[in-house]
Amino acid sequence: MKKNVIRSLILWAFCLVVALPGQVMAQDLGAHADGKSGDARNGKLLYQRFCVGCHGIEGNGLGENAQWLDPRPRDFTTALFRWRSTPTGTLPTDQDLYDTITRGIVATLMPTWKPLNPQQKVDVLAYIKTFSPRWKTQKPGTPIPIPAETPEVIESVLHGRELYDKMACWKCHGPDGRGDGPSAPTLTDDKNLPIRPYNFHDGTRFRCGETNQDLYKIFMTGLDGTPMPSFADIIQPNDAWDLVHFLRTLQPFVHSKSRELWLQYAKTHPDIKTIGVE
Amino acid sequence: MRIRYFSCLAIVVLVACAVLVSARPPGGGTITGKVTYTGTPAKMRPIDMSKEPTCAKEHNPQAKTETVVTGPGNSLEYVVVYISAGDKPSAPPSQPVRYDQKGCLYTPHVLPLQANQPLQIYTDDPVAHNIHPMPKVNSEWNKSQPPGAPQIEAKWEKPEFIAVKCNIHPWMHGYFAVLSTPHYAVTDAEGNFTIKDVPPGKYTVTAWQESYGTQNQEVTVSAGAATVNFSYKALPY
Repeated sequence: MKKNVIRSLILWAFCLVVALPGQVMAQDLGAHADGKSGDARNGKLLYQRFCVGCHGIEGNGLGENAQWLDPRPRDFTTALFRWRSTPTGTLPTDQDLYDTITRGIVATLMPTWKPLNPQQKVDVLAYIKTFSPRWKTQKPGTPIPIPAETPEVIESVLHGRELYDKMACWKCHGPDGRGDGPSAPTLTDDKNLPIRPYNFHDGTRFRCGETNQDLYKIFMTGLDGTPMPSFADIIQPNDAWDLVHFLRTLQPFVHSKSRELWLQYAKTHPDIKTIGVE
Repeated sequence: MRIRYFSCLAIVVLVACAVLVSARPPGGGTITGKVTYTGTPAKMRPIDMSKEPTCAKEHNPQAKTETVVTGPGNSLEYVVVYISAGDKPSAPPSQPVRYDQKGCLYTPHVLPLQANQPLQIYTDDPVAHNIHPMPKVNSEWNKSQPPGAPQIEAKWEKPEFIAVKCNIHPWMHGYFAVLSTPHYAVTDAEGNFTIKDVPPGKYTVTAWQESYGTQNQEVTVSAGAATVNFSYKALPY
């Protein structure tokens, strides 16, 4: 009897020593997306299997493949993320990062993570959040709401075109959206490496999606760590949709009603003001 | 019994007086000085604003870069001089500081402010800018400010020297000097600075120049003015 008590005591002590620190770590970091909670200990194993080659053992984006990649793999130690639903200067939500892992980043070496099931993706996410202290001291921002899209009509396209001119979008993205504006050659990212503005003419998908909602989100949140600023403080939702509709007219390889309307309009209005001319 | 009571009261009164005296805003001391250089500083190049004619028009003669601005007698402008140690922590002022964009340049080139002090960024230009501060300790953000847009309200939580740039106009370049102390100054065109209202005590005074880095000196402030001069070794590249 006495032996049993001692044995169970030893077992309990062992459990406390081994299990508690793990528990504390899991509580500390955590990640919640897609209705699941992530465990950083499982995430670490997955990270070291799938992510480490590019993002590096320390999460600083300097894995052994990094030197061959453009754009460079994300540096998780700064917790500066491009694809967010949250305002500029704030952390993304867990769901934002989960969506990036799920979707991959178009036209980069970051693939769609089909081999990982949803639980594994949330586990990896929990581990990625251990690389920067910002996750402990700051909360993710409140997502910028995306109201219902306004109708695609020619007035909307024309107003969007005015905004593209007035907001100086063309200074980087170019008057025709080819990414060849006057400031384009000077642009650098947060690592001081050259970065190209998005080429609407050749591109069919955006890095972080392909819907009108994705496009709306990009210029409202800004892409932190790049020259692309946030327009959330200065563009009203209606105007933002107008800009989305105009941007669609720059994409000859993407079918859109806006582009059809614009082509018809341009035929009958050859004297329309050129973008970027005083 | 009564004597003990009165002596206790006297002690309480004395302590209260002492606290009041020490809590009174200390006037008096100032730290003044001059920041100079030896050697050959880099030449400031004229800025080519031909891609933004409305801004180019505003500068005659042509505006120059401001990474090392020199004045008469080998003096250095835009050096931030501040108390880096020995200072008591103080609440940030509620008075906002103002940063301006005029003629596609930042004015002032270096803006000192306290951590958590409100910051307002204005534009007077007829062209769109984006304000892109690039902190390492605080959170980086990037906002567009087209002509006629309201001022951008911001604040920085932690002390840090933050470079700010406009990606549309790559020559636009400035700094926010976010400090934990209310005792700071920026050198004027003759390299002179005055830090006011410094309570008597021993301090470390630091000078920061964006190209040449920081220097420290120990200084003791009594009732009058203490003098600290800094000299940087300038390199032509």
